[in-house]
Amino acid sequence: MTHNIYLYILVAAAVSFLIRVLPLTLIRRKIKNRFIRSFLYYVPYVTLAVMTFPAIITAPQIPLAGILALAAGIAAAWKGVNMVGIAVLCCGVVFAVEAAAGFFM
Amino acid sequence: MNPGIQLGVAKLNRNRNAFAGGIRDGIPIALGYFAVAFSLGIVARKAGLNPFQGFLSSMLNHASAGEYAEFTVIMANAPYFEMAFVILVTNIRYLLMSCALSQKFDSGAALGHRLLVGFGITDEIFGISVGKPGCLNPYYSYGAMAIALPGWAMGTAMGVAAGNVMPVSVVSALSVALYGMFVAIIIPAAKTGRVVGGVILVSFLASFAVSRIPAFDGLSESMKISLLTVGIAGAAAFLFPLKDAPGEQDEAGKDVD
Repeated sequence: MTHNIYLYILVAAAVSFLIRVLPLTLIRRKIKNRFIRSFLYYVPYVTLAVMTFPAIITAPQIPLAGILALAAGIAAAWKGVNMVGIAVLCCGVVFAVEAAAGFFM
Repeated sequence: MNPGIQLGVAKLNRNRNAFAGGIRDGIPIALGYFAVAFSLGIVARKAGLNPFQGFLSSMLNHASAGEYAEFTVIMANAPYFEMAFVILVTNIRYLLMSCALSQKFDSGAALGHRLLVGFGITDEIFGISVGKPGCLNPYYSYGAMAIALPGWAMGTAMGVAAGNVMPVSVVSALSVALYGMFVAIIIPAAKTGRVVGGVILVSFLASFAVSRIPAFDGLSESMKISLLTVGIAGAAAFLFPLKDAPGEQDEAGKDVD
């Protein structure tokens, strides 16, 4: 049996939509439970950290470029550079390192 | 001026500023998305999608790992039920993000705002939305969505249509834009709170370990993220519970202006 691509897309979209909106629509009050409150407070930091590392090293062609981009990004963020600036800096580091590697190797 | 109207104007201005701020912060996201979605489009092309179908999928589903899985299901010509299950597993982390965002909402926030902000949850839009101090103004998320989601969808469509037109070096450089943004969100928080800094360091190390240990190879990327999140955030909540209600003061301050 062949399946319809549009129906596939629709099923995927519907499931994604439900996952995304159910908690937001069902949880209407500020959660009082201290553990759950603390848990949800830490969730974004853990999720973002886990997604960043080691993915930032494997994303570029050369792992060293990713490592240096991460180091530069952390240093810039520590100094208070804004989000756009840090994103551009990381891209620039990868581009420069890979260009240099291509030149010397 | 009538105080009611004045209040309305102030609210309108605040929403407009929030929307503009969302667009501004959404630009690097859109750039990064474009590059990632471009490579996703190449997968979509292999699965037999045309550029419009790639665009539609990315507009509605907008999840990198989720869509990658979606296209492999299409390629395998698997049952629709399998599609639903695969998407549930690969996108389960959005459930956690939605829970976290529910706490950033004003209790009285309208259903429409909740549905729209929920629909717009991606790793990155969630990241910048939850990073805002105090209550979340939904218009901030809308601004980010307005630029980032089309960037994602157009990247996918162009990936389907054009394949390997962009130089590899550019795609490679753009691929770290997203991570730069994540760093921009988590590092300032680590600077103000020692516990958060420790939690981030543990997250880095644990994530690296999981990526290296062959026993975890069977898990999808999204599943690993979800498990690590539940485990580490749970342990942190148990060991270092928050002292008093966070954001309470922010909200009180917000009502004044």
